[in-house]
Amino acid sequence: MSKILILGEHDGMTLNPATLKCVTCAKEIADSQITVALFGADTAAVAVQAAAVLGVNKVLRIDRPENAHPLAAVFAPQIVALAVDYTHVFGPSTSFGKDLTPRVAALLGVPQVSDLMAVEGAYRFRRPIYAGNALVTIEADPRRTLIATVRVASFEAAPPGGSATIELRTTGASLPTHTRYLGAKSGSTDRPDLQTAARVVSGGRALGSAENFKLLFSFADKIGAAVGASRAAVDAGYAPNEMQVGQTGKIISPEIYIAIGISGAIQHLTGIKDARTIVAINKDGEAPIFEVADVGLVGDLFQIVPELERLVG
Amino acid sequence: MQKIMVCIKRVVDYNVRIRVKPDGSGVMLDGVKMSVNPFDEIALEEALRIKERGSNAEVLAVSIGVADTQQQLRTALAMGADRAILVQVDAAVEPLTAAQTFLALARKENPDLIFLGKQAIDDDANQTGQMLAALWDRPQATFASKIEIADGKAVVTREVDAGLETIEIDLPAVVTVDLRLNEPRYVKLPDIMKAKKKPLDVTTLEALGISRGQLLTTIKTEPPPQRQKGVMVKDVAELVAVLKKKGLI
Ligand SMILES: Cc1cc2nc3c(=O)[nH]c(=O)nc-3n(C[C@H](O)[C@H](O)[C@H](O)COP(=O)(O)OP(=O)(O)OC[C@H]3O[C@@H](n4cnc5c(N)ncnc54)[C@H](O)[C@@H]3O)c2cc1C
Ligand SMILES: Nc1ncnc2c1ncn2[C@@H]1O[C@H](COP(=O)(O)O)[C@@H](O)[C@H]1O
Repeated sequence: MSKILILGEHDGMTLNPATLKCVTCAKEIADSQITVALFGADTAAVAVQAAAVLGVNKVLRIDRPENAHPLAAVFAPQIVALAVDYTHVFGPSTSFGKDLTPRVAALLGVPQVSDLMAVEGAYRFRRPIYAGNALVTIEADPRRTLIATVRVASFEAAPPGGSATIELRTTGASLPTHTRYLGAKSGSTDRPDLQTAARVVSGGRALGSAENFKLLFSFADKIGAAVGASRAAVDAGYAPNEMQVGQTGKIISPEIYIAIGISGAIQHLTGIKDARTIVAINKDGEAPIFEVADVGLVGDLFQIVPELERLVG
Repeated sequence: MQKIMVCIKRVVDYNVRIRVKPDGSGVMLDGVKMSVNPFDEIALEEALRIKERGSNAEVLAVSIGVADTQQQLRTALAMGADRAILVQVDAAVEPLTAAQTFLALARKENPDLIFLGKQAIDDDANQTGQMLAALWDRPQATFASKIEIADGKAVVTREVDAGLETIEIDLPAVVTVDLRLNEPRYVKLPDIMKAKKKPLDVTTLEALGISRGQLLTTIKTEPPPQRQKGVMVKDVAELVAVLKKKGLI
């Protein structure tokens, strides 16, 4: 039997959907028992949400003031203390998980498998390398704890319908004080979340200014889409960093991705390979984005986008 | 600030479209252009700026790689690193082994800061810096987009999924860098000449007391599934019609 510990991601109030994807990945391992660990100052509300996820057997609440913010150096020794009871420890391939799991792996002296995209056995997985231009099948030693991050774009969210037990846990781990949280800044909006949205409208360097990006926001609002951006658009200051899609931004899997004024560099395409339908709008008919697009339209975005907004209504 | 160590990995250049070997044993590397991992160039640039801002710290570039990795370390020296160490191996090492090796170097060199890229663009592991920080028992600040150093501490702005996060860490520490931290400088010809005279030491895993761990086995390598060629539409009306038919809007 595989006993899998999932490091739950949350903001103190809501369980991040990335955790639901980890549950689906863990369920694909035959005969698995799934525990979600929640670190926080007070995880009562989030624990109720995690316990209601179908497939979760147990929820551990590790509540202490030091856990108020996700600092890898603070969480890792506590996870090491819990890990003795588990065969696998999974985190999401989000900035939270990527920061945390390698620190745990090193403390345990075991390797990590990053970005699991398919399960082929309890210790055999597929993952992308070279920005998704090759896929490798990796096998790990079953005698060691397996630490992994789960590529969230590769799995569906686990549905509700569970009724896991919730347990308060303390660990004897001593925590470092050399790392302190100072604050966070997010351009949070009431628009759909880029990582979970079914529809995404994304803009590139061609937009030319932050002002012009409003064109995309307006169209996106009309169809209930989240808004993304290429690295060139983010670097130029047209869009904030959390909107970046690609190898070093967010890897997403919407039903429809509309790329507007984006050339389609491999690093960008890495982020959208799992989109069900890709639509490309670009004035250059030779742009590489058309090689992956399901539907392409050659033309000037400044004419096309307003017209599109009018016609979809 | 006395010394900054920067980890420089030799990788396939980011402009190369890699191809998988037909027998599934890996990717084709023969004759392919190799470069410094783009994130590591940014890491080195940051170290050089900290030095030039007045700390005058020694900047040490280190790498684990095949003999030809001397080329990438010469590039680092030409950019402005003072000294380089190559831990020469005949095949790639896993991130945990890389972290153990960098720990051994850190114990010898006692840097105040170790900079790494947030990920290597070949294995895309995103592990080595975090592992090194754990083994060294020091703070980590990953995905840095801004670094301010004062009074034995660093305030680091990190690129996280929700936006930007700021943490304070005590030095010595490990920092992994993101793309927007800086724009690396171009190397000028006279710098390349000067770099030839800078010290580049070559050592081995054995000399550092590291046993090469092969903890994961790669069974096979495959190309990703190709997307079907799509359709081109002639105008917005046709685009909307196609999307409506597919039930997407
Ligand atoms: C290590 C590394 C990691 C990277 N990670 C990422 C990443 O995560 N995400 C990412 O996106 N990039 C990433 N990049 C950058 C990537 O290589 C490209 O530089 C970037 O994606 C280009 O952005 P773009 O398509 O917006 O700009 P460009 O390549 O400049 O393309 C602009 C496009 O707009 C079109 N256009 C211009 N005007 C109009 C108009 N009026 N109407 C319609 N079309 C128009 C042009 O024909 C062109 O195709 C990375 C690079 C490196 C080295
Ligand atoms: N063999 C290596 N030589 C030098 N630096 C390395 C090596 N492996 C990893 N690194 C450093 O660790 C970072 C992250 O690599 P990875 O964990 O493989 O994604 C890279 O950007 C480098 O700075």
